[in-house]
Amino acid sequence: MSKRIETTDLNVYYGDFRAVEDVTITIQPRAVTAFIGPSGCGKSTFLRTLNRMHEVIPGARVEGEVLLDGENLYGAGVDPVRVRRQVGMVFQRPNPFPTMSIKENVLAGIKLNFNRMPRNEQDELVERSLRSANLWEEVKNRLELPGSGLSGGQQQRLCIARAIAMAPEVLLMDEPCSALDPISTLAIEDLMSELKEKYTIVIVTHNMQQAARVSDTTAFFNIAGTGSPGRLIESGPTDKIFSTPDVKATEDYISGRFG
Amino acid sequence: MTTITHRLGSETLTAGRLPRATTPSVAVASIIIGYALAVLASGEGNIGLATLFAFVLFLVTIEIATRIVEGPRQAADRRAGNLIAGAFLLALVPLGSVTWVTVSKGLARFDAAFFSQSMRNVVGEGGGAIHAVYGTLYVTGMATLISVPIGLLTAVYLAEYGARNRLSKSITFFVDVMTGVPSIVAGLFAYALMGILVGPGTKSGFSGSIALSVLMIPVVVRACEELLRLVPNELREAAYALGVPKWLTIVRVVIPTAISGIISGIILSIARVIGETAPLLIAMGFTASMNNNVFANPMMTLPVFVYDSYAHPGTDVQPYLDRAWAGALTLILIVMILNLIGRLIARRFAPKTGR
Repeated sequence: MSKRIETTDLNVYYGDFRAVEDVTITIQPRAVTAFIGPSGCGKSTFLRTLNRMHEVIPGARVEGEVLLDGENLYGAGVDPVRVRRQVGMVFQRPNPFPTMSIKENVLAGIKLNFNRMPRNEQDELVERSLRSANLWEEVKNRLELPGSGLSGGQQQRLCIARAIAMAPEVLLMDEPCSALDPISTLAIEDLMSELKEKYTIVIVTHNMQQAARVSDTTAFFNIAGTGSPGRLIESGPTDKIFSTPDVKATEDYISGRFG
Repeated sequence: MTTITHRLGSETLTAGRLPRATTPSVAVASIIIGYALAVLASGEGNIGLATLFAFVLFLVTIEIATRIVEGPRQAADRRAGNLIAGAFLLALVPLGSVTWVTVSKGLARFDAAFFSQSMRNVVGEGGGAIHAVYGTLYVTGMATLISVPIGLLTAVYLAEYGARNRLSKSITFFVDVMTGVPSIVAGLFAYALMGILVGPGTKSGFSGSIALSVLMIPVVVRACEELLRLVPNELREAAYALGVPKWLTIVRVVIPTAISGIISGIILSIARVIGETAPLLIAMGFTASMNNNVFANPMMTLPVFVYDSYAHPGTDVQPYLDRAWAGALTLILIVMILNLIGRLIARRFAPKTGR
């Protein structure tokens, strides 16, 4: 249940504006890949192209290819809905569905698509997903209560449980901890280390310690200046990027002399 | 660095406070003096003039007292507060007056006969408005059945698919134009439409429903569009990221999240049209009899019943006036019950926030 992602010369445009330029990168399965870089450098935009979520924004389009185990996500006849069933996503702000209970939130991907599932399988899936998201013990006695009544950190883990209940191949996380306190952040970082046994995980983060702690590979994005497109400066094993990067800009950014 | 030499007000952190009893005692005194002034000015007790005098006196006294004791900022705060309270009370006057007059005059015929008999073969006393109550429910219900699907789907297109393209802009424009259409024109439209489709001079409950729909659809569109736009984009993205197609996201995430507001909007739009008289006069005509068939023959609704009783009383006027008031009271009660039902439904479906 994990697939490799390869992009070649990927360009992302918002209307006429080129937001991301010529990104070529390979994202390994069963590993955590972290995208770091200053605000506005196109990390999140690039992340969203990996499950075609950028298409939600009017005027956004992509040139180049994204291969998921060799299959081009932008090939003819590819249905974005099917892509997103394989490539799940967790957002910056926790967004449980306010009309649904905790249990219904976990089952949202299945129920919203009208997939029928026997009651005992549902219960099993809910427990398995919530256990994977380290949330089961905290909510097992109140599965019927609304998801919006949980704390921010719990809501974010609920969103992760909701994403992994769909059994995706890849899990994209767009700054999943930026709205959370250090304890909830730690819980989610522990969770990522467990989840990478099964999934390909890509995380965008502004927190360099977090990237150093959780990721196996780190990719550094940067922009030359306002209005110019974001570029992938370098990527490699996290140890190397954080100790002896090839590019001066990476070292400056990581050591805090820049950005 | 320059030091800040200018300071607002004094150095102390405390300020004078007027005693709590100031506002009520000044109010009472103002009312007494205001009434006395009104008697002096006009020679007799004129309530309107007395209230005006009392209010101005109250404002001025409080302004001066606060300014002296508490300072200009608190004085401005109280002045604004008092003006708003005054505007609120002023707005309550017509509401209270309408309620009082309707209830006091309507109760005379608010009896079992009123709700069990029609006006068939009734001249003078007796009779009732059961035909008009049913007619109101039929015609408004049918108008709701026509307007809600059209209005809601239009709103979904505008909020979710239109993306401010040319079509959605022109729809918005025409919806705004429709909001301003005089209701009599809606009645003429329905009458003309049925004249073409069925035959000249056709009058039925259904053609009344069409007239009401013309008035109702723009209200539904506007209300629903605003509410759909209020649904956070994050919820749509969450659903898309789970591989839910757009139409299912709208049907099962966006609309349920906004449903309580949508229901309130629909109830408001019903309240907007349920009291219409003019278009129904044209499209449906009058009848004194019960008519359970929406698609044929004239039908009566409560507003038309009230108008008819008031405008065309027989030789014995009083029973007609009593029935008119009872009809008006019934209409107000129907709108009130609709509002209550709407609130219950809205609460039942509202997003759950409890911990």
